[in-house]
Amino acid sequence: MEHSVRLPLARRLGRRTYLTLCGAGFAFLIAPIVVIVPLSFNAEPYFTFTEGMLRLDPDAWSLRWYEAILDPENGWSAALANSLVIGVAATAIATVLGTTAALGLASDAMPFRRLAMGLLLSPMVTPIIIVGVGAFFFYSSLGLAQTHLGLILAHAALGAPFVVITVTATLAGFDRTLLRAAASLGAGPITAFRRVQLPLIAPGVASGALFAFAASFDEVVIVLFMGGLEQRTIPRQMWSGIREQISPTLLAVATLLIVFAVVVLVTVEWLRRRSE
Amino acid sequence: MRPASDRAARRLRAGGLALPLVAFIFLSFLAPLGNLLTRSVHEPVVADALPETLRALEGEWSGGLPPDAAFDAIAHELPVARETRQIGPTATRVNRRESGMRSVIVKTARRVARLESRAQAGEPWRQLLPEIDEAWERPESWQAIRAAGERFTDRHYLNALDLDRDANGDVVRQPPERRIYVALFLRTLVVSLGVTVLCLLIGYPLAHLIANASAGTSRMLLLLVLVPFWTSLLVRTTAWIVLLQQQGTVNDLLVWIGLVPDDARLSMIYNMTGTFVAMTHVLLPFMVLPLYSVMRSIPNVHMDAAASLGANPTQAFVRVYWPQSLPGVAAGSLLVFILSIGYYITPALVGGQSGQLISNMIAHHMQTSLNWGLAAALGGVLLLAVLALYLIFDRLVGIDKLRLG
Repeated sequence: MEHSVRLPLARRLGRRTYLTLCGAGFAFLIAPIVVIVPLSFNAEPYFTFTEGMLRLDPDAWSLRWYEAILDPENGWSAALANSLVIGVAATAIATVLGTTAALGLASDAMPFRRLAMGLLLSPMVTPIIIVGVGAFFFYSSLGLAQTHLGLILAHAALGAPFVVITVTATLAGFDRTLLRAAASLGAGPITAFRRVQLPLIAPGVASGALFAFAASFDEVVIVLFMGGLEQRTIPRQMWSGIREQISPTLLAVATLLIVFAVVVLVTVEWLRRRSE
Repeated sequence: MRPASDRAARRLRAGGLALPLVAFIFLSFLAPLGNLLTRSVHEPVVADALPETLRALEGEWSGGLPPDAAFDAIAHELPVARETRQIGPTATRVNRRESGMRSVIVKTARRVARLESRAQAGEPWRQLLPEIDEAWERPESWQAIRAAGERFTDRHYLNALDLDRDANGDVVRQPPERRIYVALFLRTLVVSLGVTVLCLLIGYPLAHLIANASAGTSRMLLLLVLVPFWTSLLVRTTAWIVLLQQQGTVNDLLVWIGLVPDDARLSMIYNMTGTFVAMTHVLLPFMVLPLYSVMRSIPNVHMDAAASLGANPTQAFVRVYWPQSLPGVAAGSLLVFILSIGYYITPALVGGQSGQLISNMIAHHMQTSLNWGLAAALGGVLLLAVLALYLIFDRLVGIDKLRLG
């Protein structure tokens, strides 16, 4: 490169070290997730790449672990149903209450704003073991341990902060004069919210709902302490799988969950761009 | 227009909108935490099962043993407790004060009925009970019952801090072999600090690169952080087990390269290494994302200006860039630290014996030793630590900035 300005050697070395470090960092983040995907197609019940897999021998690859997921005896379909029921119901509660609360919190007239915010976001940072143990004690005394309802309520509390955060952030960019315009055209506060404000903040609400759903869909500790056999969710099923006998089926489930995560991520990013 | 009442109405409306969620969080989240804290100090089982006995145990004992009334009362109350299925929990709690008392109490509750006729004939329980077990002739047994009968106790908190009360009621340290919790709290803090530092060391250059790359590259690189962020925790933990176990991918690779002999594969999982690696991986996005959002707002021209004023890259970084990135460093580090001191799932799955943290001890007392009061007290201490950090976070960074993703 004779024409380019040559950086001094030390700086080039510095830059190269920096890029190498960054490369290693990104590899550390993504490699475990990338490695697990091909291993889930292993024809053998091993967790390493067999020689056949490395030779790309078609016989060394198979879908048998994915077929095993579908076998009802392994309990994954029941777990999926539980996860969906609990996740969707918890998300609904978290989204409705969280959006309403965010409307209040975004107002400059909100009393005790800081205190309320601290309270509403506290489930996000409270150690999950404490939440799990407390929930077990409390919901048992109400007769709600080992019920779907108990888990739904506990998960809704975990998911609500995410809705509050995303919707408050979206509302910060909302032009309030639009509401006054609606009012001057004769809309009552509810009509103005439903026809003007809600459609505009919908992307924020939707991505908050996705966060809340993901929080419930990935939650295992509360289920561990509070749920019974009837409330086995996918994470709970994975937990036993990892603890007892790690089977290649687990890798197939993990791969499907990675695909799910990517879909959620793409959706959230798309919603974010829409709301900006 | 009446501005004052208009403002009041708006306050009311804003508060009213937030109220349903505040009420919901109180009921579904804070009430369980309150229940946990109550359990850490409130222990009514023995007091409810043996009220008469405890009353007879009050006051002075002559000759080391309690008055006859205590023997009579316990002979009456133990079989009742057995019928109401309270005998197990009662015996367990007394046993924590004086080991061996569990079987004494269970046995006595079962055999009292056989001696009932002799008691009716006039033989005092003070002589009958020692026939069932000699323990009833020892003052320590009765002292244990009296101590376990206190409704409110600071014992769980004392135990959580490796303390106890001696016979005089003075607070003393536990014997050395039973001092485990303070060391475990310290280990948890050290591991959290270590994970935070690792996340900062790895995360800082990553966030810097993402913040300074061209728009397209930046978006691609951000995805590399967000995919793990959104991927299930259990999936990531499974991945680390697959990678790090003895027959795992990393060991295979090291053997293949020749760095490690096949018969001396490294154990990188089910120990502290596993806890460190997996926790750092899980928490790294929580460091990168706040760092990135701060670094994105640092203008490039600042570094150029520093260079044009004669600063070499190191000086420019230390004096210009680093100070401006500090809010991100504070936000990311506090967040990672707060999340790590409560970490449970990863140590439980990949920590083995040596990689367990305080949360795992709480789970142990909940599920295995069934010492729920102690579990609650350990939880109370942990909660206090997190609350303190949460308040610091609010002071330094502001809870509003707690944005993920």
